[in-house]
Amino acid sequence: MAMSSSLAAIRRRAVAPSPLAARARAMASLFGHVEPAPKDPILGVTEAFLADPSPDKVNVGVGAYRDDNGKPVVLDCVREAERRIAGNLNMEYLPMGGSIKMIEESLKLAYGEDSEFIKDKRIAAVQALSGTGACRLFADFQRRFLPDSQIYIPTPTWSNHHNIWRDAQVPQRTFTYYHPESRGLDFAGLMDDIKNAPNGSFFLLHACAHNPTGVDPTEEQWREISYQFKVKNHFPFFDMAYQGFASGDPERDARAIRIFLEDGHQIGCAQSYAKNMGLYGQRAGCLSILCEDEMQAVAVKSQLQQIARPMYSNPPVHGSLVVSIILNDPELKSLWLKEVKGMADRIIGMRKALRENLESLGSHLSWDHITNQIGMFCYSGMTPEQVDRLTNEYHIYMTRNGRISMAGVTTGNVAYLANAIHEVTKTK
Amino acid sequence: MPSANVRGAQPSADRRLSTLVRHLLPSSARTATTTTTTSAADSLEAFPTMASPSSVFAGLAQAPEDPILGVTVAYNKDPSPMKVNLGVGAYRTEEGKPLVLNVVRRAEQMLINNPSRVKEYLPITGLADFNKLSAKLIFGAESPAIQENRVATVQCLSGTGSLRVGGEFLARHYHERTIYIPQPTWGNHPKVFTLAGLTVRSYRYYDPATRGLDFQGLLEDLSSAPSGAIVLLHACAHNPTGVDPTLDQWEQIRQLMRSKSLLPFFDSAYQGFASGSLDKDAQSVRMFVADGGELLMAQSYAKNMGLYGERVGALSIVCGSADVAVRVESQLKLVIRPMYSNPPIHGASIVATILKDSAMFDEWTLELKGMADRIISMRQQLFDALKTRETPGDWSHIIKQIGMFTFTGLNSDQVAFMRQEYHIYMTSDGRISMAGLSARTIPHLADAIHAAVTKLK
Repeated sequence: MAMSSSLAAIRRRAVAPSPLAARARAMASLFGHVEPAPKDPILGVTEAFLADPSPDKVNVGVGAYRDDNGKPVVLDCVREAERRIAGNLNMEYLPMGGSIKMIEESLKLAYGEDSEFIKDKRIAAVQALSGTGACRLFADFQRRFLPDSQIYIPTPTWSNHHNIWRDAQVPQRTFTYYHPESRGLDFAGLMDDIKNAPNGSFFLLHACAHNPTGVDPTEEQWREISYQFKVKNHFPFFDMAYQGFASGDPERDARAIRIFLEDGHQIGCAQSYAKNMGLYGQRAGCLSILCEDEMQAVAVKSQLQQIARPMYSNPPVHGSLVVSIILNDPELKSLWLKEVKGMADRIIGMRKALRENLESLGSHLSWDHITNQIGMFCYSGMTPEQVDRLTNEYHIYMTRNGRISMAGVTTGNVAYLANAIHEVTKTK
Repeated sequence: MPSANVRGAQPSADRRLSTLVRHLLPSSARTATTTTTTSAADSLEAFPTMASPSSVFAGLAQAPEDPILGVTVAYNKDPSPMKVNLGVGAYRTEEGKPLVLNVVRRAEQMLINNPSRVKEYLPITGLADFNKLSAKLIFGAESPAIQENRVATVQCLSGTGSLRVGGEFLARHYHERTIYIPQPTWGNHPKVFTLAGLTVRSYRYYDPATRGLDFQGLLEDLSSAPSGAIVLLHACAHNPTGVDPTLDQWEQIRQLMRSKSLLPFFDSAYQGFASGSLDKDAQSVRMFVADGGELLMAQSYAKNMGLYGERVGALSIVCGSADVAVRVESQLKLVIRPMYSNPPIHGASIVATILKDSAMFDEWTLELKGMADRIISMRQQLFDALKTRETPGDWSHIIKQIGMFTFTGLNSDQVAFMRQEYHIYMTSDGRISMAGLSARTIPHLADAIHAAVTKLK
């Protein structure tokens, strides 16, 4: 056949794979100059954990929920939704903006079941690739339509936030958030930064369960922040990755957003179902922007779609079906609420256990912050050097900023963890 | 706290002002839920820096409808029972229904029934099995590039996502920022590469006079491209024209490109779907890999596995050495992480399940051939129908072109006429999706084409 002989001829002419020739090819490679990229600080932790052969190893790195046996969990409501999907539905393209049903249910969760903004169709919303994708769409949108704007990001924040706005080419500033001495909120510093930012600045706010610190403003503090935002005409962009997961009650976890809505702000909001529905790898999320009126919402949505189209054309259908089926079915939704509360309660229980263990070991340090903080993460206050000791001596894996994923703590490992923390933090 | 729902008819600016006033009043005064606009304004005189109530997005215009996806939007709105959708390239059965392959259904059931399966995050680069199997599928299991570990493969969101990630990588790491795309090409290609940070130029491809390949024009344009420029190549079943180079022409293209160090970027959205044979449809790509050179490859499983909405694809970069491939993969992660962190798991799991099981793989190839054969049959039937009607013009391109689309050669006036009078929906460039046809609808389409070319020139 003509084809196989011409392929064979080409192969004969090709360079033989000797070491010298291989090196020559590498030098001649169009990509020979490409540097090895640094490992992602968060995801690199799990890689290292998996490579560790020690039977005592503990992974309190990445924020994925584990049950009390340290196993990943698929919620029963999700299993049931998937049973209904398999064999029944086709896999056609979603519209560019994603599943309408999933978006509707997502808006109800974030803005309230009876939200006037939903009724008035004032919210431009698209299905997004989980929280990351929602933030990225907003950042690209900001770049395109408000090219002079910048984003204020709290210190500290989820490390990928910086990457997202950087790749979107939106300049970043930071604002004061965490107070290391108290391991709580530096409210005075935060309010100063809000007041000193130029009018009309864009702010990234964690709606609940701040990542990585677990430190959230109180309701009263949120009100003051909202008021100051009004005075300064700042734009609030909420990243809500843990609704339901923080307190166990999705309505309660949306309180900050509701306060801002009551005060008349036009907000942006990134929602993720990765943690609260355990849909991690499905990449299910939603980006919404509250607009002046329905016409503007239609325009904004159309522009968000224009950003999605050259990135991935349309979002993945499977996760959106799971979300829609669960939230649309009263029984499944009720089951979900129960399961999400169960996850939140287990974490709250582990916080209590970790703190009690440390206290009963006789640690002279204060560990109140473990139970004051909320959500999946505890900002322990440990130094990178102490974290390194935890990893090297005790095979405990966490990010070097001292962030502990409480989801990785179990009744089986909490004592071991407390002991190790005590050992590396006690003064000689 | 007054309920956010009790607002009703107050205009938005006044609403915001009155909310703000409630903040400023002592808490005992907050129990009243209504304020008049005058009292709100009075209280606020002391605050000259009060925010303007208009949105930051006030001046924003509505985007035009996407030219391809907009066709389906218009089709859906049409109440006529005669309507036919020949717009977007999604396969339809003879009954006009979407199709989920049997082997895909089986794979999905297997995944559901596996109780130990979890939905954790995939790595940034995606499902490892899927990546390896995808590379083998397109390059061939015996490919020297794979044997020598010179291929960096990352799971991406179908063809679009693979093209975008590849484009971003090149914009950051490659010395040439110009990409040449064929004229015409899929409507989304220019936007994908422009937003990735590349400059888009075009090379001649389609010859309207012959409704075939403008091979001379193609060679001339690639010859005059700057050394090192990136060139987008449709691996098979060119979209929208259905016109592919012959193998001899591919060999000439390859020699020219290698002589000028032009970097090939293949878009493979129809492997197996074009001729019915996975290997045959990969020949152009394998020819380039066989010469030891480097290239990029964007692979999609949307059509050939019918996984459209699951967004399953892969970007492979064939590199000069294994060491380079490792470094390239690490940099691809930096593109992906701030875009969506990691790719969706469901579709890739289905693909991996099928590709790694030889019985399921064989079943897939049969179903794939079935789809390709139906399309080839539609081509023949449409050609015959036009011949029967003695429709003026040479319609042989319908059976010469390959893949899902036929570039009819109809102009935009004729396309609009067919939409208005016959409720036939296609993109304004005259591209029809053969997958949208059936024995039942072909006569209607043939009538419409006949009317369009005889009434409008």
